[in-house]
Amino acid sequence: MERILKILEDNARLPLEDIAAMADKTPQEVAAAIDEYAKAGVIKGYKTLIDWDKTDETRVRAIIELKVSPKKDRGFDEIASTIALFPEVDSVMLMSGGYDLGLIMTGSSFQEIALFVALRLSPLDDVLSTATHFVLRTYKRDGVVYADENKDERGYNFL
Amino acid sequence: MDYSKILAGKAKQIKPSGIRKFFDLAGTMEGCISLGVGEPDFKTPWMVRDAGIKSLERGKTWYTSNAGLAEMRREAANYLARRFDLHYDPETEMLVTVGGSEAIDLALRAVLEPGDEVIIPEPCYVSYAPLTQLVGGVAVPLPLKAENGFRLTAQELRDKITPRTKIVVLPFPCNPTGAVMRERHLAEIAKVLQDTDILVLTDEIYAELTYGTRRHVSIASMPGMKERTVYINGFSKAYAMTGWRLGYVCAPQPLMQVMTKIHQYAIMCAPTTSQYAGIVALRDGDEAIEGMRDEYDMRRKYLTSNLNRMGLTCFEPEGAFYVFPSIQKSGLSSEEFCEKLLMSKKVAVVPGTAFGASGEGFVRISYSYSVAHLSEALNRIEEFLKELSHE
Repeated sequence: MERILKILEDNARLPLEDIAAMADKTPQEVAAAIDEYAKAGVIKGYKTLIDWDKTDETRVRAIIELKVSPKKDRGFDEIASTIALFPEVDSVMLMSGGYDLGLIMTGSSFQEIALFVALRLSPLDDVLSTATHFVLRTYKRDGVVYADENKDERGYNFL
Repeated sequence: MDYSKILAGKAKQIKPSGIRKFFDLAGTMEGCISLGVGEPDFKTPWMVRDAGIKSLERGKTWYTSNAGLAEMRREAANYLARRFDLHYDPETEMLVTVGGSEAIDLALRAVLEPGDEVIIPEPCYVSYAPLTQLVGGVAVPLPLKAENGFRLTAQELRDKITPRTKIVVLPFPCNPTGAVMRERHLAEIAKVLQDTDILVLTDEIYAELTYGTRRHVSIASMPGMKERTVYINGFSKAYAMTGWRLGYVCAPQPLMQVMTKIHQYAIMCAPTTSQYAGIVALRDGDEAIEGMRDEYDMRRKYLTSNLNRMGLTCFEPEGAFYVFPSIQKSGLSSEEFCEKLLMSKKVAVVPGTAFGASGEGFVRISYSYSVAHLSEALNRIEEFLKELSHE
C-alpha cells in the first residue's frame, strides 16, 4: 500500500486506473486505500506546485526563526498551535539547534510579511525573539527543480 | 582522392542505420517528446559518482592493468556470485571492458574465422550482426515470435544450427522486446548446446532489470554451460552509468587470454576513473538498483496498461526498460507508423524493424522517462490513433 502513497506523492493527478495498474491493485482497492489514508490523516491533502515567479502575481516567501519560552506542561505545543492558526503561515516546525520554531510564510510583499512579524508574531507572550529571512529565489522545492528547465540531456542515441 | 578505394570492403558493406536521419530530425524538432532513448533517465548513484571524483582528486589517472583493477575484478566476482550464483576466477576468467559493447566485439573477434556463422535471435540490440560481418563472420538472423513472448525456443535454435555455427547470441533480457528467458527456457537451450562446440555469447546487460518475484538466471550458471559461455555484463543499465563506458566479460581461461590480448592492443584498459567508481557500485549499489528497478516497474505497468487499453497490444515485458507493442491494427508498417506519429504528434518511438526484420509490425517504446513525460506522450499517441481510425 505504501506504493500508492509514493505514486500519489509524485503525481496526485493520475487516474485511479493508472495508479491501480502501477500498484498491482484494482481501481476499487486503490480508492478504498486512499479513503483510508485520508481518514487516518496520512494523506493531508493535495496541492499544486506553482512557480509564482513565472506569473504576473507577486508573492514573497520568508523563513522566520522564532525563539519562544516553552510552557511547563505543554512544552512548545501551545505556542506552536497558536501560530499555526494564522492563515498567513504556511508551515510551523519545531526545530533543533539555535532556535525553537521555524515558520514558512507567504505574503504579497516584503512589507506585509515584516508587518505581520512585527504586529502579530512578536507581541505574542511566549515569543522571545524573531529573525526573518526572505526567500530571494527558489531553485528547488518539494523535490521539483524550479530554477532551470528540466532538460533531458541524453543524446538522441536510440539503439 | 578516391576514398571508395581506400575504405575497407567489409566496413563499407555494413548497412548504415536506415532510421538515423529520422532520429536526427526528432532531435531537432521543437516540442518533440521522445520515447526512444535506450539509456536510464536516472543519474548514477551519488556514492558511485563520488568514488570517481575521489579517485581523480587523489590523482589516480594512470592506466590500470590491461585486465582492469584487481579490486574491480574481485568485486565483480563477488557480485556475480551474490546476485546470480555465477562463479568466476577474477584473476584468469574476467576482463574489464569499455562497456558491454567492447566485450561483444572482443568475443566475436577472438573466435570467428571467415565464414563462421553466428546465430542472432531477432529483434535484438543492433551491434551483433555488423560486428560479426566486420570479422568475416556470417550473421544468421533467427526471427523470434510474438506468440512465444519473443523467447528463443530449442526447436528454433536447432533449426538454425549448421556445421559452420560457432556462436549463439543470447540477448536476454532483451532490448527491444523486454523478453526474458526463465530458468526452464534456458534449460531447453542448454540441452541443445551441451554436446556441441558452439559457444554462447550471453549479453546480460539488463540482468538487474528483471521484474516480478523471480530473479534473473544466467545460462552460465546452468550445469555444463560455463565452459561454453562468454558472459557479458556492465554498469550502464543497472547503475545508470552509460557515459562511464564500463563493462566486463567472463569466459573460460583460453578464451580470456585471447580476448585480453586483443583488448590490450586495441584499448589498453577501461577508463580508470570509471573502474574506481565501478568498485563502489558493485560493492554498495544493491539498494540503488532496487530503487531504480521499483520505479521502472511502476512505469512498465503504467505503460502496458495504457497501451493495451488503446489497442496497441503488448505482451508483458519482464525485463529491460522497453515495451514492444504491436501496431498492426494501424495498418501501417513500423516505419510508417513512427514517421507519421513523429510528424503529426511529435512523439518519437523506434520502429521494430530497426532491431531486425522480425520487428515488423511492432515499435519499441522506452520507459526510461518520468510518468509525467510518459503520460503526455500517451495522450498524443491516443489522439494519433483516433485520427488514424478516422482517415
